[in-house]
Amino acid sequence: MELNGAQIVIQSLKDEGVEYIFGYPGGAVLHLYDAIFQQDDVKHILVRHEQGATHAADGYARSTGKPGVVLVTSGPGATNAVTGIATAYMDSIPMVVISGQVPSAVIGSDAFQEVDMVGITRPCVKHNFLVKDVTKIAETIKKAFYVATSGRPGPVVIDIPKDITAPDVKVSYSYPKKVEMRSYHPATTGNKGQIKKAIELLLTAQRPVIYSGGGVVLGEGSQELIELAHLLGFPVTQTLMGLGAFPSTDKQFIGMLGMHGTYEANMTMHESDLILAIGARFDDRVTGKLDLFCPYAKIIHVDIDPASISKTVKVGVPIVGEVKLVIRQLIDGLKEAKYKIDKKAAESWWQQVNQWRSIQCLEFDRNSRAIKPQFVIEQMYEVTHGDAFVTSDVGQHQMWAAQYYPFDKPRRWINSGGLGTMGFGLPAAIGVKLAHPDADVACVTGDASIQMCIQELSTALQYKTPIKIINLNNNYLGMVRQWQEFSYESRYSHSYMETIPDFVKLAEAYGHVGIRIDKPEDVRPALEKAFAMKDRTVFLDILTDRTENVYPMIETGKSHHDMKLRVAIGTTTDRELS
Amino acid sequence: MRHVIAILIENEAGALSRVAGLFSARGYNIESLTVAPTEDASLSRMTLVTRGSEDVVEQIIKQLNKLIDVVKLIDLEETVHIERELMLVKIKTVDKMRDELRSVVDIFRGKIIDVTPTSYVIEMTGTSDKLDAFIATVDKNSIIEVVRSGATGISRGEKGLHL
Repeated sequence: MELNGAQIVIQSLKDEGVEYIFGYPGGAVLHLYDAIFQQDDVKHILVRHEQGATHAADGYARSTGKPGVVLVTSGPGATNAVTGIATAYMDSIPMVVISGQVPSAVIGSDAFQEVDMVGITRPCVKHNFLVKDVTKIAETIKKAFYVATSGRPGPVVIDIPKDITAPDVKVSYSYPKKVEMRSYHPATTGNKGQIKKAIELLLTAQRPVIYSGGGVVLGEGSQELIELAHLLGFPVTQTLMGLGAFPSTDKQFIGMLGMHGTYEANMTMHESDLILAIGARFDDRVTGKLDLFCPYAKIIHVDIDPASISKTVKVGVPIVGEVKLVIRQLIDGLKEAKYKIDKKAAESWWQQVNQWRSIQCLEFDRNSRAIKPQFVIEQMYEVTHGDAFVTSDVGQHQMWAAQYYPFDKPRRWINSGGLGTMGFGLPAAIGVKLAHPDADVACVTGDASIQMCIQELSTALQYKTPIKIINLNNNYLGMVRQWQEFSYESRYSHSYMETIPDFVKLAEAYGHVGIRIDKPEDVRPALEKAFAMKDRTVFLDILTDRTENVYPMIETGKSHHDMKLRVAIGTTTDRELS
Repeated sequence: MRHVIAILIENEAGALSRVAGLFSARGYNIESLTVAPTEDASLSRMTLVTRGSEDVVEQIIKQLNKLIDVVKLIDLEETVHIERELMLVKIKTVDKMRDELRSVVDIFRGKIIDVTPTSYVIEMTGTSDKLDAFIATVDKNSIIEVVRSGATGISRGEKGLHL
C-alpha cells in the first residue's frame, strides 16, 4: 500500500487500535488534519486549548488503561501541551503526543512557530522522537506506543516536521506487528531469591502493613493485591494514586496514608515492623520527614522501575518486576510455605489499629449551617452508589474527594497526584466520559482550579459528554489559604480572588445547566437532579464553608505520628497510643 | 567517591543531551564526559566521571539505565580497570628553560608535537592524576593553553562492554 506521510500517521494510529485523538490544528499539522478529514475510523476531538487535549487524553488513558493520543501543532501548540505531558509523566500515564514541527529545511532558523519540542519535553517524557524520514513514520509510531505502554508507562512525544507528512511523497506502508529495541527491556517477574527473602519476612512479621500505590492500578494488579491481602490478613493503606486498587469498603482497608492520610493509616505505618510496598514510590507527600519515616520497619519494595527503589527510602528487600506477576509469585510462595496467619500477633496488632481507627479522624461537623465540603462528597457517593468515575483538580477539594468517596474499583479515581496540575479535572472528565459513555462521570473541583481549563466546557458541549461538575466553591484558593493559616499566621496573601465569575451563568453561556446551592438541605436534591440528567453537562456551584480545612494533616518536616487533627472532635496532635 | 561510568548509547541525535540533561535535572555532578562513535557505527561510547555518595551513584546508574537510548553501561569502579586521559598543553618558552622543559616532558613520557621559537605544544596521556602532576611542575605563568579530553576507561582482562 502506497501512502503519503500524513496518511501513514493516521493509518498507523488506526492499526494501533486508536479510537480517539485529542487535538488542535495549526500550520505544521495541516497535512495530518487533511488525512484525518478523509477517514472515519479514528475520531478527532477538537479541544479549546492544547493543555485540555493532553488532560483529556490522560483521563481517557487512566480510566481505560489504553494510551491517550494527542495531536498538536508546532510552537505554541506544542508548548501548551507540555503541562499535560509533565502531568502524565509524573503519574506514569501511557500517552503518545504527536507534535507538528516546521519543515526540516528550516529547523534551527527560528522559523514561524518553531520550538525545539524534543528539547523542551526531554525531562518530562519517557522518550521522544524526531522523525526525519517518511519511511520511518510507521516504525517510530510502533516504538512510541510500545515504550509508552510497557514497563513503567509514560508519555512519548513524536515530533514530525511538516515536509515529512507532505501529500506528494508516497511510500509503501505496512505497520510493524511488533518491535524490538535492543536498549529497552522492561522487567517481568521478580527475582526468585528476592521473593524468598520477602516471604521469610512476611512469615514472621508481627506488626505488618501493605502500602500500595498507583503502580497496582497501572499494572492491573488489583485482583492479585486483594487476594494477597486477604491471604495475609494485613492492614492495607493506599496512596492517593492507588485508591480503588484495594476496595475502600474492605474491612482491612485503613485509609489513605501521607500528608492528608487517616490517623490509623499513618500510625500503622509508623509503628509497623514490616512494610510491603507495592507499586508505590515513597513520595515526599507520603513519607513526611525522611529521617523519622517508619523507624521500626523492614521494607519489601515491589516496583517495575528499579530507579524508584531506594531513591528516597533505603529498602531491605527490593523486587523489580510487574506488580501483577510479582504478587502472584508472593501468593504462590506463601501457599508453598503453608502460610497461616499468626492469630495471636494479628489479633493484638488489629486491636491496636482499630484503636487508632476509633478516633474517627475524618468526622466533621454535621450540624453546621454552612455546607461542609465533606458532606457534599459523602452525598455524591450515595447518589452515585459509589460507582462513578471521579476526576478532580488540585487542592482541598481533591483531598476531600479522596477521603470521603471510598473507591472500590481501580481506574475510578482520576487526579493529578505527582505534578498537582490545577485545570486537570474538567478535560480529564471529558476523556473519561468518551471512554465510558454510560457511566456517571463527576469532576470534583474548586472555584480556582475550574477556571484554569474552563474553556473545555465548550468541548463538552460539542462532543455531548454529559459530565457533572461539582464545584466546591469557597471563594478561596483553599489549600493555599490553609497553609497560610497554619504556617503564615493567617496572612492570606493572594489566596482570595476578589472577582469570580457567576458559574451558573457561565455554564449556561456554554450551553449547559448551571445550579447554585447554598444550603445543606439543597445538596442532596441538587445532586440527584444533576445525575438524573443523563444527557446534559451540569455545573453544580456549591457554596461551601469558606474556612474549612483538610484534616488530618502532616505538616512539612513532621513525621507520620505527628498529625494535626480536627480540634472539634477533641483529639490532640501528638497522641501516642502504643 | 569518584566513579567512572562507561556507557554504550545509541548513536542518535540528542542522545548526548539526554545524558547531560539527566545530570543537570537531578542535580548530579559531572566531572568529565567524553563521547565518540565505536567500531559499530550505530553505537557511541561515553565515559562519564562523577562524584557522589554510594546512594547517589546507585541512583545515577539506575537513572542512566532507564534512558531508552542507553544500551548498556558499567561502573568501572567495580572492576579492575585502566584509565587514560589525553592532554595538549601549549607552553611559552624562553631559551634557557627549553632543555629543562624537554627533560620534564621525557620524565612524564610526553611528546613535543609543535615547536616555534617561543612555544612548545606538548602531548601527554595518562591517568588524570599524572596530568595534574605535570601541570603542577610547570611554571603557571608560562602556560598558554591546556586542553584535556576527560578520562576514558576500559576494564582489564578478557571481559568487555559490548552488545
